[in-house]
Amino acid sequence: MSYIKVNQDKLNDKLVKELIELCPFDAFEYEDTYLSINASCKMCQICVKNGPEGICELIESKKANIDKTKYKGIAVYVEQHHKNAHPVSWELLGKAKELQKKSNQDIYAIVIGHDVRHLAEEALIYGANHVFIYDHVAYANFNVEIYTNVMEAFYKNHQCNTILFGSTPLGRSFAPKVAARLKTGLTADCTMLDMTESGDLIQIRPAFGGNIMAKINTPNHRPQLATIRYKMFDKPERIKPIGKMHIEPTHEIDTKSKIDLIESFEKPKVKDISDAEIIIAVGRAFKKQKDLELIEPLRKRLNAEVGCTRPLIENGWFDPRKQIGLSGRTVKPKLIINLGISGAVQFIEGMKESELIISVNSDRHNKLFDISHYSIVGDIYEVLPQLNQLIDQILEANHEL
Amino acid sequence: MKIITCIKQVPASSNVQVDPKTGVLIREGNNVKMNPFDLYALETACQIKSMTSDTKIHSISMGPISAKSVLKEALYMGCDEATLISDRRFAGADVLATSYTLSQLVNYIGSYDLIICGKQTTDGDTAQVGPEMAEFLGIPHVPYVNEVIKINDKSIILKSEYDDYDEIVEVFFPCLITIDKGANVPRLPSYRRKLKFMDYKINTITLKDLEDPDPIHYGLDGSPTQVDEIFPPQKRTEAIRIEGNSNELATQLFRILKESKFV
Repeated sequence: MSYIKVNQDKLNDKLVKELIELCPFDAFEYEDTYLSINASCKMCQICVKNGPEGICELIESKKANIDKTKYKGIAVYVEQHHKNAHPVSWELLGKAKELQKKSNQDIYAIVIGHDVRHLAEEALIYGANHVFIYDHVAYANFNVEIYTNVMEAFYKNHQCNTILFGSTPLGRSFAPKVAARLKTGLTADCTMLDMTESGDLIQIRPAFGGNIMAKINTPNHRPQLATIRYKMFDKPERIKPIGKMHIEPTHEIDTKSKIDLIESFEKPKVKDISDAEIIIAVGRAFKKQKDLELIEPLRKRLNAEVGCTRPLIENGWFDPRKQIGLSGRTVKPKLIINLGISGAVQFIEGMKESELIISVNSDRHNKLFDISHYSIVGDIYEVLPQLNQLIDQILEANHEL
Repeated sequence: MKIITCIKQVPASSNVQVDPKTGVLIREGNNVKMNPFDLYALETACQIKSMTSDTKIHSISMGPISAKSVLKEALYMGCDEATLISDRRFAGADVLATSYTLSQLVNYIGSYDLIICGKQTTDGDTAQVGPEMAEFLGIPHVPYVNEVIKINDKSIILKSEYDDYDEIVEVFFPCLITIDKGANVPRLPSYRRKLKFMDYKINTITLKDLEDPDPIHYGLDGSPTQVDEIFPPQKRTEAIRIEGNSNELATQLFRILKESKFV
C-alpha cells in the first residue's frame, strides 16, 4: 500500500515542530519521541515536497497499468428535461473539441430519452463526430437507476476515454452513480480541463474547501469522469454536421427501478442570473437588508441584475437562484461590479470569466482584487452614496438639456 | 425502522490559502465543526424518528479520532448510537475510495432501512459521496430532498429540489437520501441527552474490522483520482488599483463605467 514514511532517526525537536506546523491537516502526532501520521492525513504530500529534506518519503505500491490506448473517444452526456437539452451540454461539446485537438480522438455525444432525435441532430451541429441515441419509453423522464444502466451499456460497447457531465443538480446525482458503477474516478465542478497527447484528462478545481486549486488526474482508470458547471466554457459555433448518428440497442438494458416519479412541476421562472449581461454582486459588507437600497440608483442606471454571495442567501435576503459561485450560479456577464464581497474561492471561480470586473472593498488584501480589472479600495457605505449623488447629477443634467 | 446518518467533521474556517512563494498551505486556526449540511440530515432523521414507532438512529463518520466530537453532537441531538471508522490507511481517499469505505462501514453495522446524508460537505463540496455510496450498497438514492412527505411501510415519499423544477418521488427501502440545506430547522443538542450519554463509548473501528480489509481498496491506493499539484488561484496582472477618498473613488468608478460605455 502507498503511505508516507517518516524517517524517525533523522528527526530532532526543531524538525518535528517544523513538520507539525507545515501540515495543513494536523496529521502529525508526536508522542514518546515518535512522530506518527494520523487519519487526518489527506496525502497532499506537502510534507514530502516542502518539508525538511529526507524526513518524509512517499512509498508507493506497484500497480498493474492499464493499456490506455484501448480507450478512445471523448464523450459528452447530453442532459435533457422534457426533451429540452440543457445548454451546458453544448458547452461541453465545445470543450471536447479543444481536447480533441490535443489528443486526436473522436467526440461522442450520448443522448438518452424518448423521442429525442432532435437533440442528436443538435449535437451534430455542435460538432460531435458520433451521436449515440438510446430511445425507449422508459427513458422519457430521468431516472438515475435506469439511466445508469444505459451508461453502463454505452461504456461496455464503446470503451471511451472520457465522459463529461454538466454539473447541474441532475448531473451531480447521475455522474457519481455512473462513476461508482464503472469503479472509476470523478472530479466534480472542474473549472479547467486539459488533455495530454496520450489522452490523460487534466482536471482542475478548487480544493480542500479553501483558496487553493488542485490539479487532478486519473492515472490508471478509464473512463475519466468530470462534471463541469454551466457557463464555465463557451458554446461552440454551429457547424454543418460532419458526424454520424447511431441508434443504439436498448432491449437488454434493465428498466426496473425502485424510484417512482410521482410528480414533477416547474418552478415559477425567475430571471436567471446566469444569462445576465450586467450584474451587480453584493456581499456580506451589507449589514442590513435595507442597505441594499444603496445600489438601486446604479442598478437602474445600468439596468443590471443583482446577484449575491452565499451568506446573503443564508440570511434569506435573496432567492437561491441569485447566488453566484460554485455552489450557486456561474456567470459570465459583460460587466460585474462586486460590492463588499470578500472573495471566497468558490465565489471567484463562479464569476472570474466575466469580461469586465470591478470590485469595491475596504480590505486592500481582498482576494477578489487579484482577479479584478479595477480594484477600488473603499467602504461601500461611503462610496455608494457618493456614486448615487453623481448619478443623480447626471440625470438632472440630462433633464435640463 | 433503522436509520443511519452519515456525518463529517470539517474545518470551521474555509480560509486555507497557499503561500504563492513556497507553495505551502497556510491555515487560519485549526478549529473543526460538524459539516453544516449534516445538521439538516440529522434533523430529518430525528423528525422521522418522532413520526414512527420504534425507530433507532445510528450515526457514522469516517475521519480522525477527534471526529468523535461531531458524533457526540449527533447523539445529543437525538441519535441513539454512533460509530467512527478511523485508520491512517484511508489517507488520500478520493470520492470513490471514501464512498467505498463508508459502504463497508454500513455493512459492518448491519441492517438498515434508510441512510440519510447531508447534500454535500463544505470542505469537499462535491455532493458525490452519497450517490456513490448508494451504488456500492446496491440501493437507490434520492438527492436534494427538502421535504419528507409520507412514510409508508415499504417506501418513503419525498420532494426534491432541482434548479428549475421540483420532483416528488416514491422510493422503496432500503434507500439513501441526501438532504438539502434549509429543508428544516436543525434542533440544538440537548443538555438532558448530554447527561444521558455521559458514559457512552463511541464504537471506533479500523480497516481490519471491515468485511473487505484489503488496504489496496482504500486511501490513496483505492483512489482512481490523484492530486498532482496544488497552487494558488491565478491573479490578474493588469489589475488597476484605485485609492483615495470616497468622492474620488466614486468619480473614478463612474468614469470607468462611462469609458466602457455602460452609462
